[in-house]
Amino acid sequence: MALLDFLSRVLNRDEGSKETAKQRLQLVLVQDRASVNPHLLEELKEDLIGVISRYLEIDLSAMEINLESGGGDTVALVANIPVRQVRRSQQK
Amino acid sequence: MDGMVLVITSGKGGVGKTTTVANIGAALAALGRRVVLVDADIGLRNLDVVMGLENRIVYDIVNVMENKDLPVRKALIKDKRVESLFLLPAAQTRDKDAIKPEQMKELCEELRQEFDYVLIDCPAGIEQGFRNAVAGADLALIVTTPEVSAVRDADRIIGLVEAEGLRGPRLILNRLRPDMVKRREMMDIEDVLDILHIDLLGVVPDDEAIIISTNKGEPIAFDNNSKAGQAYRNIARRLEGEEVPFQSFDNPSFFQRLRQLVGMDK
Repeated sequence: MALLDFLSRVLNRDEGSKETAKQRLQLVLVQDRASVNPHLLEELKEDLIGVISRYLEIDLSAMEINLESGGGDTVALVANIPVRQVRRSQQK
Repeated sequence: MDGMVLVITSGKGGVGKTTTVANIGAALAALGRRVVLVDADIGLRNLDVVMGLENRIVYDIVNVMENKDLPVRKALIKDKRVESLFLLPAAQTRDKDAIKPEQMKELCEELRQEFDYVLIDCPAGIEQGFRNAVAGADLALIVTTPEVSAVRDADRIIGLVEAEGLRGPRLILNRLRPDMVKRREMMDIEDVLDILHIDLLGVVPDDEAIIISTNKGEPIAFDNNSKAGQAYRNIARRLEGEEVPFQSFDNPSFFQRLRQLVGMDK
């Protein structure tokens, strides 16, 4: 059994389960930490509004921003920001 | 000078908090420090049996808090092996609501006048028992094992401890299995530190000698021949401010031993 394990590892270049453990932890902690700290998303939202508003006029009341599991081994920052109008000239 | 109050906590149960408290306490006392261990796990008293002091309990922490005429010192159990080591046992027949954070704070203030170190064994979980245990502490020691669930809970606890205003927590990585790390089937010290981003205080290898010593009620920190005992003694010295290098748990190869033998390697 040990020999088989060894051979399959050598042949498949298996990383070992520790990489899986680490990746799973990193993903789950992205969500844990964001839900423990709701201010984080609020502050991010404020900053995003500031940047985007320099270029576009956006509908603040309909704006949504969240951390979502992107399926598989990713976490995605998902934002839905309805645009009312494109600014003609960039405000400095 | 007033002593330091340390809370040993983990979030997840079963990662070795109580064993950690017993052994760090024993190692600090063996260095000549005055140490008191406080079992804050009300209703699930354990520190007394790990220390082998279960037959000598007269009063417990709830008795002390409820009875103004009972001085703390009367409830303290003196260790049989080291002069300066004491235990304040938890109540076994009460629950977590029997004490309040405010009372815990007062108790810690009183104990730190007499002792160099007050070590608090925190119950698992993040509810009232946790809040009681951390209430009077200066610093938290976070115990985790290199497993996904334990590290996740440790991350949560680190956030809570920081929210309670305690100084930067320090990590004790427990039950590391060097053979599994070598096969890349267990997260290594660096992997866990990468994730938790806190200072490392110590690494304790998985060691069946710990189970044997707990069977006997003898802290393994007194055993000079065990690697786990050495790890706890190193933690005690680091708490004392000494720079102690981290042990290597690899068995030296034939060539390394040969080189050590002929003095080519230190």
